[in-house]
Amino acid sequence: MVTLKLTHVSARYGRRAILEDITTPSFQGGQVVALLGPNAAGKSTLFRRILGLLKGEGEVIISNTHAERPVAYMPQDTGAKAVLTVYESVLLARMQGRSLKVQPEDLAQVDRALEELNITSLGERDIGDLSGGQRQLVSAAQALVQEPEILMLDEPTSALDLNRQISLLTVLRRLADERGMLILVALHDLGHALRFTDASMVLENGRLIACGPTEEVITPELLRQVYKVAARIEPCSKGRPQLIVEEAV
Amino acid sequence: MTTETTVTASPSQGRAFYRSQVFRRQMILAALVVALLFSLCVDLALGPARYSLNEVIAALVTPGNVSQQARVILWEIRMPVALMALVVGASLSVAGAQMQTILSNPLASPFTLGISAGASFGAALGLAFGVAIIPAAIEFVVPLNAFIMAMFTAFLIHALSLKRGVTVETIVLLGIAMVFIFNSLMALIQFFASQEAVSAVVFWTMGSLTKATWPKFWIALGILAAVMPLLARHGWALTAMRLGDAKAESMGVKPRALRLEVLILVSLLAAVAVAFVGTIGFIGLVGPHIARILLGEDQRFFLPGSALCGALILSVGSVISKIIIPGTIIPIGIITSLVGIPFFLFLVLNHKKASW
Repeated sequence: MVTLKLTHVSARYGRRAILEDITTPSFQGGQVVALLGPNAAGKSTLFRRILGLLKGEGEVIISNTHAERPVAYMPQDTGAKAVLTVYESVLLARMQGRSLKVQPEDLAQVDRALEELNITSLGERDIGDLSGGQRQLVSAAQALVQEPEILMLDEPTSALDLNRQISLLTVLRRLADERGMLILVALHDLGHALRFTDASMVLENGRLIACGPTEEVITPELLRQVYKVAARIEPCSKGRPQLIVEEAV
Repeated sequence: MTTETTVTASPSQGRAFYRSQVFRRQMILAALVVALLFSLCVDLALGPARYSLNEVIAALVTPGNVSQQARVILWEIRMPVALMALVVGASLSVAGAQMQTILSNPLASPFTLGISAGASFGAALGLAFGVAIIPAAIEFVVPLNAFIMAMFTAFLIHALSLKRGVTVETIVLLGIAMVFIFNSLMALIQFFASQEAVSAVVFWTMGSLTKATWPKFWIALGILAAVMPLLARHGWALTAMRLGDAKAESMGVKPRALRLEVLILVSLLAAVAVAFVGTIGFIGLVGPHIARILLGEDQRFFLPGSALCGALILSVGSVISKIIIPGTIIPIGIITSLVGIPFFLFLVLNHKKASW
């Protein structure tokens, strides 16, 4: 099973440090890990650093991998308007670095990714015609079609309606459980994090201020410190932890 | 879920649609090739001495069986010009297509980035004052000057674009600044040059295929043949560039490096084309847009499609330039703009989907 571990990882844009000295325990395939933190905490930068798009001190250690490119990344939506169908744009993500000839296996993987996210019917549509939510699901399919061992998604639910948020997170949970993927997902909804993720990393101003099992990480104290809200966490009638936000402080 | 996604569609349907789309595009490319061959034959047939299409085909297939005169006219005089139209059209169109792709700007072309203007300035130096930037045989002084200035412009834009914080929008602005600088320098040259030199410069900037010869054709073809596979190698990455840098990067593409390599390659294409036939501004802008409407932006089809559309536009332009006033060949640059732009507007305004 693939594992990911960060030791003293930093990143900077020019002279400005964005990430400082981030060290995590070893995460492994089958886990869903939430990346939490307020806006501009450095979540996207951390993803880019793990992917190798940014250089910096420290080490990103990926072990037990069998793939040439073990990590796939879904960036935040950019809303591009290329003249491509959804099917083509997903195929495109798979074919990078491969020959121009498309194999039946490649098409099968595109079908599988679209089906997994329940957007098969969008295949023939032009990507420029999609709504924000649809684009986000296509973007997730583009990451999934690369058959990664580690899948990183940057706020994949930000443009989705409630139904699709839950559907997408359920799919991610299943990918971890059934295919043994390690999933890192940046989320703003802590309720989703409590329900769908095993572990959480909390970033604030480029520093990792908490990391561990989600239920231990998300506490009223942390919410007050990082998100500046007063909140309670109580079990619901089914015994699951429930986040109740009372006020901004 | 919204209505769109609750409609069930089986996975095999998506694949079937994709396959039919690929087949349709292959057919469009084949149709473009056929149209191109037809246009080439018509182009060869027209001129002061007219030949029927049968005679042209006979002279092409079995040159030994036609008269000496027909063979000389078709093979020695018209063929280099007609073929040059294809190669130059393809080169300019591919250059425009890739500039639009890597700069994500529908207005990018060799013309708008100042590469053509740079070439014109180099040519004007040679035509007006006999300045050879690099000593060369007299036949090649003007094209070489044009080529060097075109490449100089391209490298200047590259160098400036490497500065920190320069975005693709800035690159387009830099190109437009180049156009204005070179236009001013051209005006300066024309101000100081003799009357005959001015008319030579003006004629050169109109763009004319009559400057074509076999050696020039082989050079232009050689460059095109060398650059096309290098671009095709980046087919998937170039297609991804249209999704934006962030998306392309997430797929493993290195946008900055790719942009630089492609900009150099297409500058070379454009510089050679412009150096040999003068400024033909319209092809690099419109060829790719027509290809995009017909074939979409998957580079496996868009790249050859752009080349074929550009070649076809210039070949048809060459035919029209001969038939408007029989006996007079109007400079092709004028024809492509006059006939091509209304056609282009018709296409854009009547196309159901936005192509950019």
